[in-house]
This record gives sequence, C-alpha cells and structure tokens, in this order.
Amino acid sequence: MEIFDVAVIGGGVVGTAIARELSRYKLTIALLEKEEELAFGVSKSNSGIIHPGIQHPSGSLKGRLCVQGNLLIRRIARELGVDFQEVGELVVAFTKEEIKRLHALKKEGRLLGVPRLEIVGQSWLRKHEPNLNKKALAALYAPTAGIISPYRLVYDLAENAVKNGVRIFLKTKVENIFWFKHPQAQFKPYFEIISSRKTYQARYVINAAGLYADDISRMVGCGDFTVTARKGEEFILDKKKQYLTNHLIFPLPTKTSKGILIIKTADGNPMIGPTADMVEDKEDLSTTDAGRRKVFASARKLVPSLDENDIIAYFAGLRPVVGDDFIVRHEDEMPGFITIAGIQSPGLTASSAIALMVSGILKKHGLPLKKKAVFHKTREKTTHLFAIPFSETKKLIKKDQNYGDIVCRCEMVSAKEIKDSINRGAQTLDGIKFRTRAQAGRCHGSFCTTRIMKILSEELKIPLTAVTKRGCGSEIVIKDRAND
Amino acid sequence: MIKRDLVIVGAGPAGMAAALSAYESGVKDILLLERDQFLGGILNQCIHPGFGINYFKEILTGPEYADRFIKKVKTLKSIEVSLKSFVVRMTGNLVLTYLKPGVLEEISAKSIIMATGCRERTREMVHIPGTRPAGIFSAGLAQKLINIEGFLPGREVVVVGSGDIGLIMARRFILEGANVKAVVEIQEQSRGLLRNQVQCIEDFDIPMYLSHKILKIYGKDRVSKVRVVKVDNQGNTIEGTEFDITCDTLLISVGLIPENELIEMAGVALDKKTNSPVSREVNKTSIPGLFVCGNAYKVYDLVDSVTSDSELAGCLAAQYIRSLK
Repeated sequence: MEIFDVAVIGGGVVGTAIARELSRYKLTIALLEKEEELAFGVSKSNSGIIHPGIQHPSGSLKGRLCVQGNLLIRRIARELGVDFQEVGELVVAFTKEEIKRLHALKKEGRLLGVPRLEIVGQSWLRKHEPNLNKKALAALYAPTAGIISPYRLVYDLAENAVKNGVRIFLKTKVENIFWFKHPQAQFKPYFEIISSRKTYQARYVINAAGLYADDISRMVGCGDFTVTARKGEEFILDKKKQYLTNHLIFPLPTKTSKGILIIKTADGNPMIGPTADMVEDKEDLSTTDAGRRKVFASARKLVPSLDENDIIAYFAGLRPVVGDDFIVRHEDEMPGFITIAGIQSPGLTASSAIALMVSGILKKHGLPLKKKAVFHKTREKTTHLFAIPFSETKKLIKKDQNYGDIVCRCEMVSAKEIKDSINRGAQTLDGIKFRTRAQAGRCHGSFCTTRIMKILSEELKIPLTAVTKRGCGSEIVIKDRAND
Repeated sequence: MIKRDLVIVGAGPAGMAAALSAYESGVKDILLLERDQFLGGILNQCIHPGFGINYFKEILTGPEYADRFIKKVKTLKSIEVSLKSFVVRMTGNLVLTYLKPGVLEEISAKSIIMATGCRERTREMVHIPGTRPAGIFSAGLAQKLINIEGFLPGREVVVVGSGDIGLIMARRFILEGANVKAVVEIQEQSRGLLRNQVQCIEDFDIPMYLSHKILKIYGKDRVSKVRVVKVDNQGNTIEGTEFDITCDTLLISVGLIPENELIEMAGVALDKKTNSPVSREVNKTSIPGLFVCGNAYKVYDLVDSVTSDSELAGCLAAQYIRSLK
C-alpha cells in the first residue's frame, strides 16, 4: 500500500499552488481533482486580477495573504514563464464623501504594507485614463495591481509540480475520507480517501476543494462551516477595445464585493463585471439578462463609452463564500487535516501565500520538510504567437513549420500551439481554449472547432465522437455518419 | 520584401472572380492567398442546390458553382495560388504579412483585393443568457460538421434565427434523421429567402415561431432545453407567453458580419453597425488601391451577385495598377 505524505484535494489555483510549493521537499504528493481537467472549477471563472491588497481590513487574513501573494506572484510568474503585467488599479471617487473613503482605504492599505499608494486628482485621471467618466474627482492609485491569466497560472503551476514529482489524478471525485489510527504508536495514523476512481492513502490531507470544501471537511467531522456560492457574471469585450482603459478601474467597494469593475485581461480583451448574487445551486453557471444590464449600467458610470455591441463572450463564476474571511487552518480534532475554505477574491492573488502558510502548518504539525537535492523551479515559457513579434514568429516557423499553420484565425493560434497544449495536458476543447485562446475570439470557434476536434482526436487517439467540450457528457457530435 | 502587382486575400467565390477578372483586364502578376487547404471557400460545404441561377442560368450546388471558377483559376499561370496562407497584418501602404506552414512572408502590393467573406454572428452577440454547454453551434459550423466531416451534431434541434443558413440546416438535420423542433425568429418575418422558407421549412412541417426569442439556454454539459417567449413589435418580451422546448442542440443563425479586421488594422474606416467599409462606390475603400469585394464588402443574398461585383473589383484593381504606370 502506497501512502502519500500529502494528498491535496482540489485542482484549482490554491491546490496547484500548494502542490507546487510542497514539491520542493522530499515528499510524495497526490493532487485529486474531480473534473476532467485542472482549473475547471472556481479558478476558471476568475477576473485574473493580482490585487494590491487595499480593499481588506488590515487585521484580516485575506488582507495579509493578498499583500504577500502580490509580492510572491512576481517571482512565481517569472519562474514559470507566466505573463504578469503590473498595470495598476484605480479606485474611483465621484463625490467629496467618496474621496474621504479613498483616504480611509489608503490608510488601511498602508497598515497592510501596500506600497506606493497615491491619491490622484482629476487632471491626472484625464491624462492617464482618458475614457474615464469626466465626473470622476479623484482615485486611489495602487500601482502594484496586476493581471495574469488565471488558467495559465494553474496549468503552469501544475506542470511544474508534476516535473517535481507531484502526481495528479483527474476525474477523481473524493467521496469519503476515513482516519486510521493504529492502537500501537509505532504505526503512524493515516487517511484513507475513497474516490470515484481509486482509494488513496495519505498522512496529511489538504482540503482545497473550493465550493465543496464544506462537504470534504464534513467527511472527517470538521464541517462547522458552510460554503455558499456567490455568482459573478462577467462580460468580455472584443480585443479591438484593448486600450479602453490603461488601468484596472474599480468603484468604491461595497460590504460584500469590490463592485463592478473594468478589467484588463492578460489576453488583451477588456472584461466587465462581476455581479455578486448568492445562489442556491453550486452548479449554476448561467448568465442572465438582468446581470448584463446591471453590469453595463454600473460600468458605464466609470467608462461612459462602453458599448454592448463589443461583447464577444460572457460567463458566470461562483465564489466560494464562508463568512467574511479566508479559512486556512489545521483541524486539531483531526490531526493532519488542513482546511482551506472561503477562498473568494483575492484568492488568485493570495494563492501562493496560502501555499506558504500551508507548508508552515504542515511543518508545525509534524511533517518533516526536507529540501530536495534538485528542485526544478523554472519551466520553459509556453509560446503564444499572439504574444510575440513577427520577427520571432518567423524564426519559430523556420524551426517548426507547424507554427505557420494557423488554426484559430481570431486569436492567431497555430496547430503547433494546439498540439503542444495537448501534450501539456489539455484533454478537451475548453482545456485547449484556456491554454491557447483558440476559440476564445470573436467568432467563438465557428471556424476552428472542427480543426481542433481533429487535432484532439489525432493526438489523444480517440474518435471524434469522443471529443468533448469539458468532459464526459459534453461531447460535440453524437454520431459518425460513415461508421454508424 | 517581395513585390507583387495584385494580391487577393481569400479564394472563395469573390476572390476567384476578382482574380479571373483582373487577369482578363490585363494584370499578369496575381497572388491569391487562401487560408484553407482548398479553393472555393464556404461554397464547399454548401452542398444544397440553388447557386448560379442568375450567373450561369443553371441550378448548381455550391461545390459545382465553385468548381467552375477553380478550374479556370488553376489553368492560369499568372494566378499564383497559395493555400493554407493566413494574413496576419496589413498596413495602409499595402504591405501585408502572411503565414503558412514553414513560411512567414511580407509582401508589398501595387493593389490588394480583400475577399475575406463574412463570419456568423454568435449567440454572444445577440446576448442570449443561460449556460454554456456543448450543443450550441453556429449554423455554418453544424453545416461543416455534417457536410464535410460526416458527423451528426445532435438529434433534437432548435434553430435560433431564420437566416438562410439556419433554414437550410433545418432541412439538412431532418434529412439526416434528426428532429427539428422549432425555428425561433425574433422578427415578424423570416429573414431567409422565400424559396428557403418554402423548401426548407414549410415543406418539412417545421414549426416556425415568428416574433419569438430565446429567453434562456439550459443544460450543464449538453443543452437540455430552451425557454422561448413571444415579443411585441418593439422586441419587448410579453410576460406569460413563455414556454420550454427540450432539445440537445441549438443552431444559431442570426446574421452575418463582413470580416474586415485586417483592413481595419490598415486604417480603413468601417461602418460600426454593419462592419462594411465606409465607401461611396462599390468595392472601394478609403485607401487607394485597396478594394474589398464579395461578402466582405457587404453581405449578399446570392453568390451570383458576389461573383458579378467581385468581377468589378478585379477590373477596378487592374485600372488602378495601370494608372500607376
């Protein structure tokens, strides 16, 4: 019987960040994910913002981890070859009363250690943010805010973790967990994790199950909290509007959310949203007419020229909410079990800080963390033609002609990039989209879906009828007319 | 940088007609760039009849119509065809960059004709809310999957919008043994040609819901149903008229948009609503020597008109090149 030192439940940004962080040490690590691919849960519907940390109380865990995570992500992005852009954010005030709140935010931010905060006035705003509502009086400028592709971060963290020995088990839904404590002290206790596929054993279990963290903790009797889902609808605009704003634009935050924002994304498309509505169903990823109207009405207060005709895509995500703060704790009644819950915004930013915190908790609770002789801390940056100049593309095409074979016309993605993404783990059309941006442009895959299906089918050696959008049940075509 | 007299982007009906007519008007150095691996463009997947009635006075299928031009293009040495060639950049002084397997090339042309066709409006462009499961296809994608690849995308189909491709695909699905449960059109009248309304919908007894729209798409992994509602003549939903249709497939056929992102990059002004170049004369743009023809210029109802207007574009380009000497 193989007993893993650590089993991480959940393959989102938190789970993969932890797996990668722990892969520095001489540990055997398993990561279990219920979906077809990583990042298919909470992490896939993320705004992609690396927050500076100004919108949280100075005493909060999320505030502290956010500020720390904002620093850590820079190194991690560099090591993993993920693009991080420090674009800065503006929290905009329209009244004198709101300016007072900017000062209060600035003060809280200072207490948390957010660097280089500044209140900027109308003339600064007009110069640096020409499309912003002219009625804006001032803004809190946080230059350390940035943007990153949330999926590519997860995939690259995971790839690096695997390189360092982590084993990832997909389509593995945890169904129950038992704790075995031998009466004789020389046999260390361990957890038995019953999943939809296999049973795994581990000394330590880290629950990073997002929306389902309460269910997982309840399996070991530690479910004193409930995860509720707060839906956020987001609307993506055409890349033509890349320079709609130069910064991330925020209104003043409300009690439950940071409000409806104008977001710059790592891929260039502006994004608007999110809404914040509690929903009963943890699978409810539907968008609504009301959501769209609300998002545009709110966002137009910030940037009046916003046009609904520029929408090319929209989606809804669910934030896992447990009270006001994050939970990152060792369950003392269940030694070796760590609960991470309520990781809503700024979870992406905080993920690497959470990983460090978890490794500290493990150490404190008896897991020896011995550094490996060789830890591969870097990975080779994934090539995206849309992100490099033509001079470089030309060299790449000389090396491998498939870089010149364009599959996705809207986002300029080559057959080579698609094949690479499959070799790196993409199994589905969505997995390819998240990794390469193929099908994510204005035609929404009308022209390239067939070609991508064929490449998937060839590379994975599966029939076209087995190609799915996001896993079993989401097959694209149902019948092969030739072989029916 | 390579210099060419005339570069034509797109070898569908528009690009081929423009190339042939430019050749006949005296241009002897023509490069025809096509991103697909075949000539003919979207006609290749339009296997239904109805093409060529005006131009050839015959009823042809799409591939037959295309073939008449492909044969001519292939016999002319002056027209160099480059397949799998994808233009990625264009400038206002008529320099374009294209990629093909193994090649990235920059070309300076005396004249350029853009025959890039159009794309289908998406579910997102008409803001249909709901989930995003498998089973939502643009009508053209479904057409390609069935006619070219040989796969049936679904069995219980609802067509959203009544554009010609949607109507033709409704019939195609029935012929393939699927059940087409409804065509839902927000306007008071079908947008398609009369002949398609009769031959594709009425003849097959497919229910057509005019003045109706899709309120929401349901389904987690695969489409499971749609909620439909009646609208008044202002397009407002009429409460109490909602009903559900269970289905596993949605075909979106809500109009076409000219593909003009490249000329926009080059600085050509586009009409915000139609995405056509702002232009006073057919095929012309604000940049001298740059012409746009076929569905990239405006969305035509018939390929026959695409051919005629694209022939004109070929003449205009030839005239322009002559005027440079």
